[in-house]
Amino acid sequence: MDLLKPDLGLLFWMLLSFGIVFFVLAKYGFPVIVKMVDERKAYIDQSLESAKQANERLANIKVEGEKIVNEARDEQVRILNEANELRNKIISEAKDKAQLEAGKLIEEAQSHIQRDKANAMREIQHQIATLSVDIAEKVLRKNLDNRSAQLELVDKLVAEAQNN
Amino acid sequence: MKHAWILLLLLLGTSAVGYANDASELNVRELIIEHISDSYEWHIATVSGRHISIPLPVIVKGKDSGWQVFSSAQLHHGHASYHGFSIAEDGTYKGKIIETLANGDEYRPCDFSMTKNAASLLFSSMVLIIIILSCARWYRKREGKPQELSPKGFVAFVEMVVMSVVDDIIKPCIGKNYKRYTPYLLTVFFFIIFNNLLGLVPIFPGGANVTGNIAITGTLALCTFLYVNLFATKEYWKEIFWPEVPWWLKLPLPIMPAVEFLGIFTKPFALMIRLFASMLAGHALLLGLTCIVFLTVSLGAALNSGMTLFSVILSIFSNCVELLVAYIQAYVFTMLSSIYIGLSQVEAHRKK
Repeated sequence: MDLLKPDLGLLFWMLLSFGIVFFVLAKYGFPVIVKMVDERKAYIDQSLESAKQANERLANIKVEGEKIVNEARDEQVRILNEANELRNKIISEAKDKAQLEAGKLIEEAQSHIQRDKANAMREIQHQIATLSVDIAEKVLRKNLDNRSAQLELVDKLVAEAQNN
Repeated sequence: MKHAWILLLLLLGTSAVGYANDASELNVRELIIEHISDSYEWHIATVSGRHISIPLPVIVKGKDSGWQVFSSAQLHHGHASYHGFSIAEDGTYKGKIIETLANGDEYRPCDFSMTKNAASLLFSSMVLIIIILSCARWYRKREGKPQELSPKGFVAFVEMVVMSVVDDIIKPCIGKNYKRYTPYLLTVFFFIIFNNLLGLVPIFPGGANVTGNIAITGTLALCTFLYVNLFATKEYWKEIFWPEVPWWLKLPLPIMPAVEFLGIFTKPFALMIRLFASMLAGHALLLGLTCIVFLTVSLGAALNSGMTLFSVILSIFSNCVELLVAYIQAYVFTMLSSIYIGLSQVEAHRKK
């Protein structure tokens, strides 16, 4: 078969052209492309890695921020509670004090009233006594205008004194 | 639209009839063989009996006249002789240049003519170099700036093909030492696929049956053979000459070593034949399908139109298949070369 016999001339041209193609492409063509693609791949990998790290850091920051916010909230609650307690305490103390004071005042007032009352009573008794003595004097003077009535009174008083 | 098609086909049919009337009987076998084998000129078309072709340089070293360089136009499509050189019409050297010596003997000179295949080869090599180097230049311009390295358009396409070959064929088939072989295998892949595709373009400067020529595939297979055996590890040679098989398979009669040794040569031989045969067959198939149009001329216009339609549809289909084959053959050649190279990189893995 003619087709199966390699032709010497074509073999020569093939060796020449393939040799040149191989030399040129293997030196200046493919290694450049493959190298740069590898470099790009490395760059992309590195970028992805740093992005991942940044993400992680961001997540950490987020968690930390949340922690801080939570802490602040707890603190706030604590402070509010404290303030509340303090207020209640102050109010109750004030109330107690006020009550005490009021009690004292009332007591004082009462004792004052009592004293005044006693004084008034004494005054009244005294006045009543004087009044009754005056009245009695007047009555007696009127009754003792006549002799018999005087004697009768003396007798009555003696009897009374005897009874006592 | 449909009617226009039929009309066109009828027209084609009748014009073919007209053509057949003044042309002699078509010899399909001759035509196909002529198209798929090499020639000294680049035949483009024949218009009303006149051949339009590009003459190519003929470089021969004759016995009587020494080195001769002349244009193939001097041979007048094989109908004339120049300084005693002519194209043999039959005999052992049919279609090749022979020298008629003074005593009337025919002598086959040393023939380094730039034939159609050689010219196509040089053309495609040049285009391939330009394409790949322009892509490489694009990358070289952006050296050290990996953030700007995202090619678009054609460069991206070439990069995709390059990286698919590297990642899908070379890396898995060879293993850890793949870097040393990447340039060679990529060159082989692009060389084959480029010539395959160029061979499918029916008009100049395509259409030459370059990768369907055994000299071409033989050279490629030889390169793979050299690459496999020159850089082989010690373990590879040990597995060939002293494989780990029962002793009686190698001691009195070295059966296994002989088989293994033969394998060194059958592997590249298979590479050579596979590419050659599939590309040759593809070209022959397409030519044969096209010939249907002209063969059925004598059967009448109606039948001829039908067969023309049939032929066109089948041609389109097989052209698509050939596109696929162009890629597959390049892929297979590269993959098998990688596998053979990978096999030659064996480490001593059976130590116990």
